[in-house]
Amino acid sequence: MSMTMTQKILAAHAGLKSVEAGELIFCEADLFLANDITAPPAIGQFKALGAKDVWDKEKIALVPDHFVPNKDIQSAEQAKIMRDFAREQGIKHYYEIGIGGIEHVILPEKGLVAPGQLIIGADSHTCTYGGLGAFSTGVGSTDLAVGMATGSIWLKVPSAIEVKLSGQLNKWVSGKDIILYLIGILGVSGALYQSLEFCGEGVGNLTITDRLTIANMAIEAGAKNGIFLADEAAFAYARGKGNNSGIAYQADSDAKYEQRINIDLAEVPLCVSCPHLPSNVKPVEEVEDITIDQCVIGSCTNGRIEDLRQAAQILAGRKVDPHIRCLIMPGSQEVYQQAIAEGLMSIFVEAGAIVTMPTCGPCLGGHCGVLAAGERAVATTNRNFIGRMGHAQSEIYLSGPAVAAASAIAGRLCHPRRYAD
Amino acid sequence: MTNKQMIYEGKAFVYGDNIDTDIIIAARYLSTADPAELGKHCMKDLDPDFAKEICQGDIIVGGANFGCGSSREHAQFAIKGAGVSCVIASSFARIFYRNAINVGLPIAECPAAVADAKDNDQFIVDFSSGMIINNTQQKSYQIKPFPPFMQELIACGGLVNYTRQKLAKTSL
Repeated sequence: MSMTMTQKILAAHAGLKSVEAGELIFCEADLFLANDITAPPAIGQFKALGAKDVWDKEKIALVPDHFVPNKDIQSAEQAKIMRDFAREQGIKHYYEIGIGGIEHVILPEKGLVAPGQLIIGADSHTCTYGGLGAFSTGVGSTDLAVGMATGSIWLKVPSAIEVKLSGQLNKWVSGKDIILYLIGILGVSGALYQSLEFCGEGVGNLTITDRLTIANMAIEAGAKNGIFLADEAAFAYARGKGNNSGIAYQADSDAKYEQRINIDLAEVPLCVSCPHLPSNVKPVEEVEDITIDQCVIGSCTNGRIEDLRQAAQILAGRKVDPHIRCLIMPGSQEVYQQAIAEGLMSIFVEAGAIVTMPTCGPCLGGHCGVLAAGERAVATTNRNFIGRMGHAQSEIYLSGPAVAAASAIAGRLCHPRRYAD
Repeated sequence: MTNKQMIYEGKAFVYGDNIDTDIIIAARYLSTADPAELGKHCMKDLDPDFAKEICQGDIIVGGANFGCGSSREHAQFAIKGAGVSCVIASSFARIFYRNAINVGLPIAECPAAVADAKDNDQFIVDFSSGMIINNTQQKSYQIKPFPPFMQELIACGGLVNYTRQKLAKTSL
C-alpha cells in the first residue's frame, strides 16, 4: 500500500489495513487531553450527552495551565470544574499546579507519549507530540466530550507535505528557527488540512526538544499534524520516561505527497516572525532596529530545558536592559527543578530577569505579562496575532530562545553573536 | 436553532484573510463560555463596533483560512452569541471547521461569493440547497450542500444534541 506515516497510524487506530486521503474514519485514541479553558465546556457537553463515566480513566489527561495559578474568580471557578470532574471520575492523569506545568511540555515528560500513538487534545498545539512520532491533533471541546465518553473520534484522513531535512544547524539556530523558516515558505494556510511529515538524515541531527518545537507549530501553517519518523532517539526518550511502548510507522516508498520541500539545515537563519502573522518571517539581521519592551522565554513551544540553557548561555554574566521586562517561564516543574540544579535560575535572576511559574500566561495574553497599547515583545511563543499578548495595539515578534535572550540584553531585536560566540 | 430549513438572511460584515480566533474572541474574555457574554466581545480587536452594529441574523464573510489559531469553541459561541446566523469564507482553518459543525454554526466555503462581497450586502444563504444569493448585487452562487446527516446535525444545534437524539432513537 502507499501510505504516509500519518495515514498508517490512522489506519492502525481505525482497525483498517489501509486508508486514503479524504476518507472519513472512526479512530480509537490512546489519549484525550484538555486544559482549564477547554475542559469546562467539554465537561458540560459530556454531561449533556447523558454520559456518566469516562471511557477510560487512565487515557484522559487534564492539565490546568492557561489561567493558573488562577488570575481571578472566574478562572478559579473554571479550574475547579475540571478539578472536581477529575476527582469524581478518578482521572489518573490530572496534574495539579505544583506537579505539572504546561500540558504539551509535561505529557512527554510524564511518559504519556510514545511513537505511533494517536492523541487528541482540546488545544490547538496538541500537534506537539508528532515530535516523538505520534499522530496528534487539536479539536474543540465538543469533540473532546464525545471522546471522553466513547474513546473514539471521527477524522478525515489528511493528504501530506513531505519536508526532507539534511545537514547541520548553525550555532544558536534551533527547532524554532526551522519551523518559522518553513512557515515563512508555506504561509499560514499552506498546509491547510494536511500533514507535515518530516524525514531525511537531518532529523538525526535534531534533539527531541527541537522536534517537539517544530511539530508544535505545524498548526501555524494550517496543518492537521506535524510528525517525525520515530528513530532510536525518540524511543530512547520515551523509554527514559518509563514508556516502553511505541511503534515507528515509516511512510511507504510510494506514498503520495502533494508537495515535497527540502531544507538544508545549514541554510536556516535565526528567524524572527514579525507582526501579525507567524508567516511574516525575516532573518534577525533584517530587523535589528526594532526596540522592545518585553521578552518572554517559555511556552509549550520553547519552555523546555534546552531552551532555558540556550537563554542562560547568553544571559550569563550580563544584564537585561533596564527598560525591558524579561520573563522566563519554565514549561514544567521538572524543567524548573532541572534549571535550579544546573544553576540557570541564578543566572536569570542575576541578569535581572524574572522567573515565573510554569504557565501559558502571557502567550495568549491571559495574565502574568500582558502588553499595553504600543508595546512590543519578543517572545518564544507561537502566535503573533493582533491582541494575542494583550492590547490590540501591541506587537509580538516570535523567535527562538537565543534571539530572545540577546534581545533582552540589547533592548532591541538582536543576533546572539553580539554577546556569545 | 429553530430554522429547520436552514435558510439565513442578513447583511454581510466582510473581513480579509486569516481571521484568527484571537480576533474572533480574545483570550482575555475566556473566563466564561457563555455565548451572550462572549458575543459582546466578538471581533473587538479588529472591529470595535461589531457587537453594536450587528443585527440578529447577519452574516460574517471572511477570506482564506478563517478561524485559524486556537481550538477554542468560544470562537463559535462568540459568533453565535453576537447574533451571527452563518459564516461564508473562501476556506476555513480545520479546527474551526470541525468545531462549527459540532456546535451548530452553519458555515459555507465559497471563494466566488467572498470575492464579490461588500460590507452591508444583503445575503440569503440556503444550506439545504447550497444556494448563496447576494441580493444587493443580484448574484448567486452554488455550493455543494452538506450531506443530509450533517444538515441535521447542524440544524439540531450540534454534535451533542445529535448524538443524544440518536441514542434516544436507538438504544434507550
